[in-house]
Amino acid sequence: MSDNSVGTKQFVSFYDIKTKYNGLLSWLLTTDHKRIGLMYLVTMGVWFSIGLLIALLMRLEMLSMGETLISAKHYNAAFTLHGVIMVFLFIIPGIPAVLGNFFLPIQIGAGDVSFPRINLFSYHLYILGGLLALGSVIYGVFTDSLMDTGWTFYAPYSMQTGAKVAIPLLAAFFLGFSSILTGINFLTTVHRMRMKGMTMFKMPLFTWSLYSTAWIQVIATPVVGITIVLVLMEYLFDGIGIFDPSKGGDPVLFQHMFWIYSHPAVYVMVLPAFGVTSDIISTFSRREIFGYKVMAFSTLSIAGIGYMVWAHHMFTSGMSDTARQAFSFFTYLVAVPTGVKIFNWVATLWRGSIKLAPPMWMVLSFLFLFTIGGLTGMPLGALSTDMHLHDTYYVVGHFHYVILGGIVPMFIAGMLYWFPKMFNKMCNEKTSNYLVLLYFIGVNLTYFPMFIMGYMGMPRRYFDYLPEYQTYHILATVGSWILIGSIFGFIALFIYTVRKGKTLSDINPWGSLTLEWTIPSPPPLLNFVEEPELTHGPYDYPDYSDKEAKH
Amino acid sequence: MSTNNTEHIEEHEPHNGFGNYFVIWLTLIALTALTVGVAGFDLGMYTIVVALLIASVKAMMVINVFMHVKYDDALMKAVIAACASVLIIILIFLGTDVLG
Amino acid sequence: MSTLEHASEHHHDNSAAHGYGDNNELYVHEFRDDYGSKLGMWFFLFTEVLLFGGLFVAYFFFRVNSPEGFQNAAAHLDIMPGAINTVILLTSSLTMAYAIVSIQRGKKVLSNWYLGATIAFGFWFLINKYFEWSHKIHLDLYPGSERILNEMPDGEGVFFTLYYMMTGLHTLHVIVGMIVIAFIMVSVSTENINKNRYIKMENAGLYWHLVDLIWIFLFPLFYLLH
Repeated sequence: MSDNSVGTKQFVSFYDIKTKYNGLLSWLLTTDHKRIGLMYLVTMGVWFSIGLLIALLMRLEMLSMGETLISAKHYNAAFTLHGVIMVFLFIIPGIPAVLGNFFLPIQIGAGDVSFPRINLFSYHLYILGGLLALGSVIYGVFTDSLMDTGWTFYAPYSMQTGAKVAIPLLAAFFLGFSSILTGINFLTTVHRMRMKGMTMFKMPLFTWSLYSTAWIQVIATPVVGITIVLVLMEYLFDGIGIFDPSKGGDPVLFQHMFWIYSHPAVYVMVLPAFGVTSDIISTFSRREIFGYKVMAFSTLSIAGIGYMVWAHHMFTSGMSDTARQAFSFFTYLVAVPTGVKIFNWVATLWRGSIKLAPPMWMVLSFLFLFTIGGLTGMPLGALSTDMHLHDTYYVVGHFHYVILGGIVPMFIAGMLYWFPKMFNKMCNEKTSNYLVLLYFIGVNLTYFPMFIMGYMGMPRRYFDYLPEYQTYHILATVGSWILIGSIFGFIALFIYTVRKGKTLSDINPWGSLTLEWTIPSPPPLLNFVEEPELTHGPYDYPDYSDKEAKH
Repeated sequence: MSTNNTEHIEEHEPHNGFGNYFVIWLTLIALTALTVGVAGFDLGMYTIVVALLIASVKAMMVINVFMHVKYDDALMKAVIAACASVLIIILIFLGTDVLG
Repeated sequence: MSTLEHASEHHHDNSAAHGYGDNNELYVHEFRDDYGSKLGMWFFLFTEVLLFGGLFVAYFFFRVNSPEGFQNAAAHLDIMPGAINTVILLTSSLTMAYAIVSIQRGKKVLSNWYLGATIAFGFWFLINKYFEWSHKIHLDLYPGSERILNEMPDGEGVFFTLYYMMTGLHTLHVIVGMIVIAFIMVSVSTENINKNRYIKMENAGLYWHLVDLIWIFLFPLFYLLH
């Protein structure tokens, strides 16, 4: 079947359809969720690349002791900018903004999201936030007053440092609002736009993960919003003292308010990655995900329990014993549903008919790398060991393993997996596999030494270090070249494939059973050319002993 | 393919008329007066507890009647309960540090 | 979970809100989902609740740390303006509800009168707030004032900071609500909102009731401490 006809009807892909506007405006003023997803992809790719280049610079500086390339002050600005860009402009919008926007409606049989215009507004806010961030950086460079507080902008320092924090904080505020609107949209869409016959428990787990994520986006983000407002108020008006102890305030309150959002935010980052994992593992094992309902509920549990652990970022800040015990306990509790997921994924692989295509290789990497990330969280969650490890490189290693071992691989895997649907092209298998291997090596070489360094006492956000850490920094820097090289390799591969790749003739090259694979590649406007009919669950693969297991 | 919109969820017979809303309003005013009255008594640290309790009763009336939630379906009630629960959880967990 | 599923099964034929005609041209029907619109509005209200919730977190934090400070500072606030404002907002919620009842009965002029009354009550609230705040400022009771900085312990100063921040943010929301209702009034006049289609008014009502709700909690926390 040709990719742009069903039956006797010819259909125009969403790229080619005639819209009210022409050229660039047909993108910037679109309400098509697919175009919005792709715009996010391009913009995010730019920000991710910038963040990576800053990381490259940081690791180059840290290659040897003392000042080499940049001064201490500029190093602080570098890790601040790296964090702000990576967190607010890349990983939090992340998978939901790109793959979620593109595929959530399709996976549930809908023509678009519940509020397409608000969806566009989300993207515009994202652009606005990005421009404000860019503006503040340019201003900071020219006046030598870049923000140097770390992305966590702890008060009162963030109000007392010479930097003009108002603009970057405003940027974060708008970016938060963008995230909130996406969350509202996805929640309503899942509740209201499911096709006939698609109950909640017939949705793919990717949709479930986006749904759970949306809950966090809606409930947690406003808290950082108000925190930003309070910091701005205290920064702008001399008399206000909420976080500044000299004016009657309390810096620990800032930490509470900040982490009440920023901890759930890491679940915003990771849950969609879990969703991608489930969809890919199922497809490439040709099996129903082991324990579908448990997977769905564990996703919701992580979202819920995630609100009860925030102060594990504050164990050394002087909280009461009761608080520290409570938060440590719940931190261990939230690891349980996460562990359950890992076990269920492995159980799905067991006796599955495994196809080792590039998305699957990345998933296997993920299972290994993310497990390290998760396990290294345990000494951080325990009060006694955290005393020694807090604010050391151990923490840096832990969260980079989780993000670069967990989230980014699944973002890439999701791109590789859904590439044929979005662009009707398939990335070269050999190149992809090679890049996966390079990526795997890069992550381990860059971040494993950090656990050792941190354990030995190397503090994070430090510009200089003692000789005993030298070897580890060299390993990490060399690793960063491999890692960043592989990521740029993927980006180049994607761009190349879109422009020069061979057009496919199969709308379902992976043989997957979720709804997005029943429509043409690329999809037409409003996705479904005929009313979709639900004849099976998302993972109802026939017994793998059936050789022709494609649907 | 028809578009049909057979939406009748809230566009059917309204549940409250002018009279019912007025009664609710009267009750709310009375509860406000009660709150002010209670504040006159010194119950130590329980004054605030009582005041917030009365405020919660008022809030439930506004939510259920003015905001129509009493007549809404299970989904609407569930999501509202979820939001309230999270806020309460946050306050409780903050309490472990502040009161602990 | 099945009750919830059934609840949200009350939806409509959505994916086919479009079709392909005989000449393969795409045509799109009007898409309307009132329940979804309301649900989305509630999700937005949750964000407002958590926005203020963050401030309640701050209030809780400081109150437990400086109970006497809060008590003493609160003595400077007058119950009367606070109580009157509470009554004003409760009554404005009533008129908002009446506006909806009116449009349900097809009475568009009556509906607009009630909407106008709601805005009027909003104005009265703002005027009261203006007098209340300017009186305080006149008494040198504002964040950063000499009196607070020099004469009051930290706990009292923080009380005032929170007072201005929380009632200030709330007042901002009152203003936004009034503007939204003004737009609704225009839609009622043009019959964009009518007996068969008034979800926008209901959503505006939800927003306005939320503004009332927040004040219901702010009132005891600031005005009834002593």
